Amino acid sequence: MTTNTAASATTGLDGTTSDGAPVSIQGLSRSFGAVRALDSLSLDIAPGELVALLGPSGCGKTTALRIVAGFETADSGTVTVDGKDVAAIPAARRDMGMVFQSYSLFPNMTALENVGFGLRMRKLNTAARVKKAAELLDMVGLSPQARQYPHQLSGGQQQRVALARALAIEPRVLLLDEPLSALDAKVRLQLREQIRTLQQRTGTTTLFVTHDQEEALSMADRVGVMREGRLEQVAVPSELYSRPASVFVAEFVGTMNRIPADYDGLDEVTVLGSAVPVAGDRPTDLTGAVDVLVRPEGLRVEAVPGGNGIVTGLTFLGSLTRVTVLLSGDVQVKVDKPSTAAASLVPGTSVQVRVAAGEPVLVAAAGGSGGSSARGVTSS
Amino acid sequence: MADSVTTAVAPEPAYSGARPGASRTRSDRVTRVLRALLRWAGVLPFTAYVAAGLLAPLVAIAIYSLQPNQGGFVASHATAPTLSNYDTALHGTYLTGLTNVLLLALATSVVPGVFGFLLAYAIHTARRGIVLRRVVITAAGVFANFGGVPLAFLFIATLSTTGIVTGWIKTLFNFDIWDHGFSLYNPYGVAVVYLYFQIPLMVLVILPALEGLRPAWREAAENLGGRSWHYWRHVAGPVLLPSFLGCVLLLFGSGLSAYATAEALTGGTIALTPIQIGSLLNGNVLAGQENLGYALGVILVVIIAVVMIGYVLLQRRAARWLRS
Amino acid sequence: MAAVVTAVEAAEQAPVPERPAAARRSFPVWRWVILLIAAAYFLIPLYAALRFAGFRAFTQVTSYPSFGSALLLSLRLALIATVLTLVLMVPTTVYVYLRLPSIRRIMEAITILPIVIPPIVLVIGVLKLAPGFLLATPNLLGLVYVVLAMPFAYRSLDAGLRSFDVRTLVEASNSLGAGWPTTLWRVVIPNLRTAMLSATVLTVALVLGEYTVASLDNFQTFPVWIVNFEQNSGPVSVAASLLALFVTWLLLMLIVTIGGRSARKRGGAEVALFSVSTAANVSATKGEPE
Repeated sequence: MTTNTAASATTGLDGTTSDGAPVSIQGLSRSFGAVRALDSLSLDIAPGELVALLGPSGCGKTTALRIVAGFETADSGTVTVDGKDVAAIPAARRDMGMVFQSYSLFPNMTALENVGFGLRMRKLNTAARVKKAAELLDMVGLSPQARQYPHQLSGGQQQRVALARALAIEPRVLLLDEPLSALDAKVRLQLREQIRTLQQRTGTTTLFVTHDQEEALSMADRVGVMREGRLEQVAVPSELYSRPASVFVAEFVGTMNRIPADYDGLDEVTVLGSAVPVAGDRPTDLTGAVDVLVRPEGLRVEAVPGGNGIVTGLTFLGSLTRVTVLLSGDVQVKVDKPSTAAASLVPGTSVQVRVAAGEPVLVAAAGGSGGSSARGVTSS
Repeated sequence: MADSVTTAVAPEPAYSGARPGASRTRSDRVTRVLRALLRWAGVLPFTAYVAAGLLAPLVAIAIYSLQPNQGGFVASHATAPTLSNYDTALHGTYLTGLTNVLLLALATSVVPGVFGFLLAYAIHTARRGIVLRRVVITAAGVFANFGGVPLAFLFIATLSTTGIVTGWIKTLFNFDIWDHGFSLYNPYGVAVVYLYFQIPLMVLVILPALEGLRPAWREAAENLGGRSWHYWRHVAGPVLLPSFLGCVLLLFGSGLSAYATAEALTGGTIALTPIQIGSLLNGNVLAGQENLGYALGVILVVIIAVVMIGYVLLQRRAARWLRS
Repeated sequence: MAAVVTAVEAAEQAPVPERPAAARRSFPVWRWVILLIAAAYFLIPLYAALRFAGFRAFTQVTSYPSFGSALLLSLRLALIATVLTLVLMVPTTVYVYLRLPSIRRIMEAITILPIVIPPIVLVIGVLKLAPGFLLATPNLLGLVYVVLAMPFAYRSLDAGLRSFDVRTLVEASNSLGAGWPTTLWRVVIPNLRTAMLSATVLTVALVLGEYTVASLDNFQTFPVWIVNFEQNSGPVSVAASLLALFVTWLLLMLIVTIGGRSARKRGGAEVALFSVSTAANVSATKGEPE
């Protein structure tokens, strides 16, 4: 357990430094009746870091966030901010800024008044309050909307005001509860960037909850993938993608193909007609029929008469085309191929699919998710 | 019609009036008017009914209120309009009636307003609230419809000189409320009875507003450092205020127009404007005083109209905030 | 209350002690006080009425012939009023909704009027204007009741129309070749069943409880009978009142259950019988039935 006493300082707009505070979550557990929403969750967030909690609905990520914020209490476990246990501190005094999923702006106040609300609670005098609130609205690019009421603003604008409102109090921790879920795609993309930029500029430690893996991967310094109350893996996005710790993570992050294969229990797993030697850890509890997990970019496809599959569709993605191939045994795989080369693969073409040389694959139990997380690597 | 404007460039269509900017012929205009008329014909039955059943009586009342009273005789011809009835209406027992009914409406809108709000809030914040909420809403809906004659008799059974509760108080505390000035048959007593349908009405109308308060607002306020008091003062209070005031106005209008309850209770003897109107028209007092009754009616309608306009404006504001 | 623990100490403690529950926001006592007062105020008069009337009065009520004729008159008027209201309001509401949506606001305003105008005022105007042949029969009451029922009928029907996508269904029906009458009868009205039931029940409840207009028109409907009969026997009047209340309650329960059931079938929320919808409107129940 690291104790971060020296927080990393970041220089803000006006030259002042703001320190994000380190957050440490240890052994957090919470049950609602018979349902175990959180199962001994532990996570350390470094000062100024943006950590995303990613997972399907019901995995406990929002519960964890709300416990940190003080709106729920944990059955056991601690939340420590900057070395202090926050359990006894009521939500109103935790000095955390929270952005809710939607409609959290006070409808009877203008954007400016909304942003200034936290400052009013901190007894800032009117002049200072208005000045600071205006600054923040400017930071999110909504100065012209300062005097407008929430119902006059679009969803994206409302969330930007909510962000400004949370940042106005210069919180030690910023909490974001799926802030982009209620917005449409284009707005979501714009806001993603803006949130990330602002967060880095102010250096606020941030915990961000989402079910959208693209969002998490593109915004966060580290991502914690959750499932059924437990953290399956916490890592930087690239590591989550290329070295998933479990089958669940592998399939949740990015696209993953699942292909039946044969494992001899020792050295080799036979997939798509080629033997892939297992290097490194040997999967201990699996033999015989297994599933192999491999990314679309880890497969190769060529037009070959009498091959092991038939092209059923093509999805143009720009420089790459995603080719959907139906293999024998009713297995469908997606293979990424440069678009110029993929042009000839019309639906119905007979093709040969194989694992690319040097591509790491995951070996999992046949037929479902779960199973061990051993790897095999092609060496041919 | 071949004599529309021809251009040298574009060939002319076979029919006229089809091009934008084509000249409008009279037959076009007629068709358009006819079509509009047909569209509006759909609401003709409704309009006719409303005109005959609602507007005409109102107009009639207004007109006749300006006719002087004939004492015991009905004039055979209409005389010049006069405000004599309005003069009578604003003096003497009729002025008492007006003040009484206004005070009655005020009391039976503010008190149920506050109590109804507290009741709604109690249900709204109840932890295992679902069952309680269902029960109370259904009960409120039913009780809000209980007014009038049956309600009067309920309270006669309860609080009259021989009423059950009067008896309980007598035996328990040796205190006869009637001896000490309580009466069911004066505006105070009637007010007690009015609460029976006013409170449920308040609950029914304010509960949706309460439920329009998003939990995110409360949590955001807390997160930003505000406690319960701050939340109510800065957010919930202002947001609910238009709804609350609107409901109070609604109750006020309801209290003003009520007739059956007080009539059944008092047999037409209490000094309240609606009752007085009834007496004048029944001929119970003096025959031929109808026009005075019409004048009182007009006054009542005007007051209520003002109140209802206020209600509508407040509800609009409330809906805007609670919907956002 | 929990001791302040540094991150290091927290790591060394295992298992972590249980957190004290944060104090719940509001103290529940006041809530129970309010509920108790409310329960007392609303339930005691019902009990008192039962005691006052006594069991005998209930059996006696039906034995008076005037009771029977008064009740029959009320029921007859309820039937007339309901039929007329539905015949007038259903086509109108549907028509306005589909063809003249711009005047929906005006419709709402007009249908508020019967609530704004006290029935006592309305009836005196009606009595002044009504032609002699109508005045002689109680059917005039039926006609007036249609006006009184209008707000509730319109709101129920409008809410019903908003609850399913009328426009699309009508367009689909038309595209499949059905003319207007068929569409109305086979597509729109069946989906309005709950709303029509609401409107019916509210009208019936209104008519059965209506005193003001009936008494001034000098016809002995059920509520008028109750009041007049008090001269003879207080307990019987009270018993009859309780019966009337009970019937009203039954009717309202009917709407809620049937409406709730069909709404749930369609996946909708609870039936909003007593709802305040958007701007410029009034709740579907008014304070005192007339």
